[in-house]
Amino acid sequence: MSTQEDLDLSAHEVGTDERVKEQKRFQRLLIRPEMGSVAGAIAIFVFFLIVADPFRSLDSFATVLYASSTIGIMACGVALLMIGGEFDLSAGVAVTTSSLAASMIAYNLHLNLWVGVLFALVISLGVGFFNGYLVMRTKIPSFLITLGSFLMLTGINLAVTRLVSGHVATPSVSDMEGFDSAQKVFASTITIGDVSIKITIVWWLLFTAVASYVLFKTKIGNWIFAVGGNQDSARAVGVPVKAVKIGLFMTVGFAAWFVGMHLLFSFNTVQSGQGVGNEFLYIIAVVIGGCLLTGGYGTAVGAAIGAFIFGMTNQGIVYAGWNPDWFKFFLGAMLLIAVIANSAFRNYAAKR
Amino acid sequence: MSFVAGRRRLTVLAGSTVVVLGLAACSSTGGRPNSSEAETETGTADTPRATVAMITHEVAGDSFWDLVRKGAEAAAAKDNIELRYSSDPEAPNQASLVQNAIDSEVDGIAVTLAKPEALAPSVRDAVADGIPVTALNAGMDEWKKMGVTAFFGQDEEISGEAAGQRLNADGATNSLCVIHEQGNVGHEARCAGVVDGFDGDTKILYVNGEDMPSVESTITAKLQQDPSIDYVLTMGAPYALTAVTSVANAGSNARVATFDTNAELVDAIGSGEVEWAVDQQPFLQGYLAVDSLWLYLNNGNVIGGGMPTLTGPAFIDSTNIDSVAEYARNGTR
Repeated sequence: MSTQEDLDLSAHEVGTDERVKEQKRFQRLLIRPEMGSVAGAIAIFVFFLIVADPFRSLDSFATVLYASSTIGIMACGVALLMIGGEFDLSAGVAVTTSSLAASMIAYNLHLNLWVGVLFALVISLGVGFFNGYLVMRTKIPSFLITLGSFLMLTGINLAVTRLVSGHVATPSVSDMEGFDSAQKVFASTITIGDVSIKITIVWWLLFTAVASYVLFKTKIGNWIFAVGGNQDSARAVGVPVKAVKIGLFMTVGFAAWFVGMHLLFSFNTVQSGQGVGNEFLYIIAVVIGGCLLTGGYGTAVGAAIGAFIFGMTNQGIVYAGWNPDWFKFFLGAMLLIAVIANSAFRNYAAKR
Repeated sequence: MSFVAGRRRLTVLAGSTVVVLGLAACSSTGGRPNSSEAETETGTADTPRATVAMITHEVAGDSFWDLVRKGAEAAAAKDNIELRYSSDPEAPNQASLVQNAIDSEVDGIAVTLAKPEALAPSVRDAVADGIPVTALNAGMDEWKKMGVTAFFGQDEEISGEAAGQRLNADGATNSLCVIHEQGNVGHEARCAGVVDGFDGDTKILYVNGEDMPSVESTITAKLQQDPSIDYVLTMGAPYALTAVTSVANAGSNARVATFDTNAELVDAIGSGEVEWAVDQQPFLQGYLAVDSLWLYLNNGNVIGGGMPTLTGPAFIDSTNIDSVAEYARNGTR
């Protein structure tokens, strides 16, 4: 699907035709996919500024950004996949698989942790390839394929960990070689002024920028929109549909690897039962950010804003000191409002 | 991300890194201990081989239940018992597992009664079939009514009260009870106990236990929101270690304590990062639940004599950490 910004109006002579209503620059800005979520984010931000005193400090903002960043890195990969018209339910436990793989191979074979990190990358990309290949090969909806791999990974995480280590959690790797340098890359903290900023925030912004560039400035970006919009016509005009989709699943694998490494190097040990249910957080963030569940539409920036809204809501409730019994209710209500506002905004802007 | 070019680049990158790492791929520090784990040598009973089913409400992959299971396995190995372990956090499913055990005619059943109403019918069936049943960990008020022979565990509310009193002794005024599984009856009972036993203020905070970064930032957020919090209490060892990071993030002076232990936590208590842990001795719960069945089957004994046998709350702190540390490293404490 070609979006508005693909058309370079200045390069063409646009004949005035009464059937084509010309859109103003402002309106074109309004119908960008992430505009609804931007408005939602601003509204939620202002709301918490008013109701929660501690929300106003820079330290809290750094905490909110950190909470958003690990969701956001995954949401970035998941957004690309969803724009490409597919779904990944295994993304939550794939993160755990990745950190378990890195930890266990390095620990049991006495390897430098960087070997574990690379091994985990191979595993994570392999899981992505497995998902993508099966979806393309069988033509079964990715919802079902990845539901299968979600369950398989959950089982593998538990069974292999117990088989190898005899426990359900991996032992600490913090005294092994390579830990310090790997921690610098995946889990360090940068202090600017008095504010400590986790490095995942930097990576999150970088990944979002790269994904946006790929989506809107490269041929591959066009391919992603094409396979998400209409797979058959994309194939008809020569888009390598299979490669694109498998690549997108592997991109999610890459993101899962990255977050998995963050978990390992910031918490030293991994519990093998972790991660179940987190796939929904990523999908929620992406959908809030304006990506359509049906594919072909959305942006990486939107996914980042979606993750930010999620982090803000999650932490804002705590900063506001609300009765924790209602925690999940508040969270659900905020998310629902964000999504409805998002969709209303899009409809309103599109009608004008 | 551009994956076609990216994949090629990645192959090159991965290839070259492997070469570089190949030169220095081994870690001379840390890693798996070279000697195999010291197993307690207990010998094996020459009583006829029996089959015992242990059915818990474990959420898969929780390090606490690992210890319970290890205890059960240790007892089974010593008693010439074949142990069939299964678990399901959903009460109806756990009840079906009990039914399965009855159908396969096991010689004894050890079961957790976290949701007693749901499990009572199948437990009664087992007792009616002449299968001895022991209960462990949860269900201290209900086990007797069902005809269960013995109970091993701690009263969660009493352990919470003990923790609350300990907070008083430590001079705390404002504590935070962190629950990583909203709606878990045991966790809620512990925090309710803390509220009763503690003279100061107790606030409850729910976190998403499946997502450690969010646990970390939520506790950080709470400490920033309420700087007067001077003690953080978690419901499991891994979350205590995360809380230590949150306290540092928030620049708070709060101290951290927890329920339940694992190997990393023992180190953290040794180094003073975590003050103490309420230990309910999960290994002992698993061990006694199986061993008591052996005693009952072979000699008609009932441990506890019809009263619950308490395995906690005992405190692990800097004064007794050394006696626990060795076993914790072996994964049995």
